[in-house]
Amino acid sequence: MGVIDPRQAAPIGPGPEQDAILKAVGDEITNRGFVIASADKLFNWARSGSLWPMTFGLACCAVEMMHSAASRYDMDRYGMLFRPSPRQSDVMIVAGTLTNKMAPALRRVYDQMPEPRWVLSMGSCANGGGYYHYSYAVVRGCDRIVPVDVYVPGCPPTAEALIYGLLQLQKKIRRTATIARG
Amino acid sequence: MTEAANTEADSAAGVDAPLQAMQGHLRQLVGGSLIESRVVHGQIVLEVAVSAIQQTLVALRDDQHAAFNQLSDLTAVDYPERPERFEMIYQLLSMKNNMRLRVCAAVGEGQAVPSMTAVYSAANWAEREAWDMFGIFFAGHPDLRRLLTDYGFEGHPLRKDFPLTGHVEVRYDDTQRRVVNEPVSLVQEFRDFDFLSPWEGMQAQIPGDEKAGRDG
Repeated sequence: MGVIDPRQAAPIGPGPEQDAILKAVGDEITNRGFVIASADKLFNWARSGSLWPMTFGLACCAVEMMHSAASRYDMDRYGMLFRPSPRQSDVMIVAGTLTNKMAPALRRVYDQMPEPRWVLSMGSCANGGGYYHYSYAVVRGCDRIVPVDVYVPGCPPTAEALIYGLLQLQKKIRRTATIARG
Repeated sequence: MTEAANTEADSAAGVDAPLQAMQGHLRQLVGGSLIESRVVHGQIVLEVAVSAIQQTLVALRDDQHAAFNQLSDLTAVDYPERPERFEMIYQLLSMKNNMRLRVCAAVGEGQAVPSMTAVYSAANWAEREAWDMFGIFFAGHPDLRRLLTDYGFEGHPLRKDFPLTGHVEVRYDDTQRRVVNEPVSLVQEFRDFDFLSPWEGMQAQIPGDEKAGRDG
């Protein structure tokens, strides 16, 4: 995402050309009362309001993940719908023990998700191996395989804890700046 | 021997008449290849030589009276102190008699065990798992690959001499753009906290306990 020149319909990278456009827009905003940040906020509002998690249940944490989606806690009210395909997802919830054998598959699924994408690591096992930290077959934290945005502690975390983690992720997304600045 | 004591106690009490009858029948059925037969926790255990395992299981399955027609589990145990370190274990179920049976056979390291896939098709994956976990070779198995561990895994994790943490760990490599195997490097060694277990009788003194006897 960057500043797009309306005449050429091509993105303009950071530099004097972009600065000139931004300055022109900025001047207009000071005159008319618009803020460029509203575009940012619009993107972030859309993104954080429709976080579609990739269903990646690996162990017992997946049961709590299902609870958070079911009627009592109801993730739907935050616009979060579980998707069965990585190509339709924005956020991957790594729920459970990640084994060595599963690691390449997890990475492949992550690679198939379209940008922008986020990862939420759920539970002790995904955070750092947890109970199986010294096992010969378990990855000591899924951050060795994919970059993680939010860690939810617990063994397993309650459905509330997962919802709280997802709300933290929303907060994190709202803080991101979408327009590239030099 | 606790096992011998068990056998005596069971027969003295006359616990289970059908069990005793079945044990007698199985002694006759298995015949000369039987090394030992005993009753442990209300279940008959037969010990046979590994060379006789196939004929034993076929006899147990095909006999009209015994009819142990289901293999519910097939596994092994590692006893490093024994001359023949592994023990194969076959758990059988007779649905006709509502009775379970364990067949054991001692196996040395590197010794081949005849595959039971032709006798019980359920043995297929169980034997793959035993090969994976213990490195016991099953002669005549149609597809003896590893079952549970990672592709390219080396070693047999349920052997007692296999280190808990294994030899390799995985990591995503950004330059190679794939998940790579690397030798294990632990930030902190495995620590055993069993001395804190209340089940061990709390031998260790808890800090602060020494003040408890004094006044004030």
